[in-house]
Amino acid sequence: MAKQRPITRPLGFVVPIVALAGAVAGLFVGTANDASLTGVLIGAAGTAILAALFLTLFPKQRPAFWLSTALFALLGLLLASIPGAVIGALFGAFFGWFTFWLGTGRYRDRLPPYTSAGQVLWHYTFRVICGAIFIFLITPIIVVMPLSFNAEDFFTFTPEMLRFDPEGYSLKHYRDFLTNSDWQNALWNSVTIAPVATLLSVGFGTLAAIGLSQPHVPFRRAIMAILISPMIVPLIISAAGMYFFYSRIGLQGTYLGVVLAHAALGIPFVIITVTATLVGFDRSLTRAAANMGANPITTFFRVQMPLILPGVISGGLFAFITSFDEVVVVLFVGSAGQKTLPWQMFIGLREQISPTILAVATILVGISILLLATVEMLRRRSERLRGLSPA
Amino acid sequence: MKLTTALLASGALAVSTAAAFAEAHMKMANEMTIVSWGGAYQKSQLKAYVEPYLEANPDVKVIWDESSAEAVAKLRAMNEAGNVTWDVVDVVASDGIRLCDEGLAAEIDPEVDLAKGDDGSSAEDDFGDLLVSECFIPQIVYSTTFGYRTDKVGDTPPADICAIFDTETYPGKRALEKRPINNMEWALLCDGVAKDEVYDVLATEEGQEKALAKLGTIKDDVIWWSAGADTPQLLADGEIVMGSTYNGRLFSVIEEQKQPVGMLWDAQVFDLDGWIVPTGLTDERKARAMHFIKFATDTQRLADQAKYISYGPARASSAPLVGQHADLGIDMAPHMPTDPANAKNTFLYNYEFWADYRDDIDAKFQAWLAQ
Repeated sequence: MAKQRPITRPLGFVVPIVALAGAVAGLFVGTANDASLTGVLIGAAGTAILAALFLTLFPKQRPAFWLSTALFALLGLLLASIPGAVIGALFGAFFGWFTFWLGTGRYRDRLPPYTSAGQVLWHYTFRVICGAIFIFLITPIIVVMPLSFNAEDFFTFTPEMLRFDPEGYSLKHYRDFLTNSDWQNALWNSVTIAPVATLLSVGFGTLAAIGLSQPHVPFRRAIMAILISPMIVPLIISAAGMYFFYSRIGLQGTYLGVVLAHAALGIPFVIITVTATLVGFDRSLTRAAANMGANPITTFFRVQMPLILPGVISGGLFAFITSFDEVVVVLFVGSAGQKTLPWQMFIGLREQISPTILAVATILVGISILLLATVEMLRRRSERLRGLSPA
Repeated sequence: MKLTTALLASGALAVSTAAAFAEAHMKMANEMTIVSWGGAYQKSQLKAYVEPYLEANPDVKVIWDESSAEAVAKLRAMNEAGNVTWDVVDVVASDGIRLCDEGLAAEIDPEVDLAKGDDGSSAEDDFGDLLVSECFIPQIVYSTTFGYRTDKVGDTPPADICAIFDTETYPGKRALEKRPINNMEWALLCDGVAKDEVYDVLATEEGQEKALAKLGTIKDDVIWWSAGADTPQLLADGEIVMGSTYNGRLFSVIEEQKQPVGMLWDAQVFDLDGWIVPTGLTDERKARAMHFIKFATDTQRLADQAKYISYGPARASSAPLVGQHADLGIDMAPHMPTDPANAKNTFLYNYEFWADYRDDIDAKFQAWLAQ
């Protein structure tokens, strides 16, 4: 580490901010131990005292940093054994670093020198808010992952798991998913329904979007509203309506029925994304193509389609995920022979809280991440190739 | 004289062979959707009834639908849409009675449609009082009872139902089902009402107030459950000190999952679960459904189910055949809710009372919950 900068900020500035962060940390630890308020008070007071001590007695950052890490790790060890120690060490490291980051004024390094105190405050508040939202969104998904390796049949972190005892972990729920014929049937149904529904949605949705973007089509807004309605009407209403309608025409409980229902749900997503890309589409290109002797179909595939492809792909992705995630409509329109993965998960959750659901969820999250990453990479690559975006 | 006897005899023979021929060759559908509850219970049905049935009838294909919880609503919708997709439906007795009353379940003649008992008794005698409706074929007797965390009750594990209202001796949360049935009875029982007067009291306005007031003493300590899997999960988490659920779920938590949980059998409430066949099936599908039910509810099949789950068989003739658990090898008889040691103080779900008062008390209970 380079030579340490001197501590320039007064205690009265550093200590309250550290205490505030300490209170938040204390809230978490306290809630875990059924004493939120005590946690907040102890957290605030403890970190405030520590910060004051560091800035006055240990003005050197490195020893203070390690001392704080060790202290919090010990505290965590006492409260909740090994996992507590790990979390404690992280907290300690954070406070050791945070105190000096504030005390030496390093927090201003990245900002232009003319920013006012209020602007600096907002700059960091904004980041904290964003971080909090991010944590709020991601935590439920993260929690599922370690639980899916539970050796027991409950949604509970067992004492063995918390001790990082290998006995507490097992792959049996993954094994169950891969060998149990119920889950395999459900997977097969999902895998055969979703792509076909997506193809239908993309085909019809793209055509509808192109048609509706022509200024001379009559009743454009009304038609658009009808086509988008599956997205706006509560799903349960569409599902009940489809159930009675499909029963009459013999589609209820058939593969085709479920595919059509899912296609209807996916079409609005495709229409919206494709319409959005069509806004930036220069119509004179089609006229130029026609001028050069291309018929409308050639024009569509050679000129228009490549340009609106990103919209089509992301619409298709939404349509696919809609079908893959959907449980309400399939419960109505499908029969037990078309049990999809979400249906099977719903049953498992209601009747028997088995972590197999968590194993499936973990696998699905993994697949979703891969899918999104791949599509995004392809999109960027094609944009780069076409020179639409810099870099 | 001789001639008439001979004629009669041959006539009877002809009729009986024709009947046998017709039965053997009646066209039966080869696909059957069985509706059940999922989980360990459905697995026990798969092992005890369906797998042996499929072995004997290899061209049949069975599809499972885990929708018994909403069987009544779904059958109504199917009936309205004129598209009944279920062939055999597993329901609790009260739902069976409702479906029968609404004409959504087909009536069954026990003497014709069900097998005789292995001990030679007629089906009607063998099931006895458990035939609570013309449409409902009982399968198992289960009970709703309490499980408690053995590590959270100190040295005096609860032995009395009123432990659920005793928050001083047993501090902590309790899980109760989010419906008045059973809870109201227990509340009155622990409020000093004699057991044989419970339903008389509960039929009155004051009695209902009294029961809710008793429940009110622990309202802050109650977690209300609605799915059978909730209480086992809460017990395993240690979130609750005791909770009501089905005895088979508790058996699984204690014996199969080895959790620190004990059973409180006092004032357990017996209920029945069984099959119905929906109305509106084609003749082939109905023939298949009846053929399956006759097989699945015979003495041996009902006794076999107890190997996989701790629910008591509904036939008297099955009881002596109950053996050991298929995987654990423990005797199942002591885990049956009907075992004499467990059944010292029991209720039977009062179908008549709840059929009359359910809507009314349910409304009061929900309003009380929302307060």
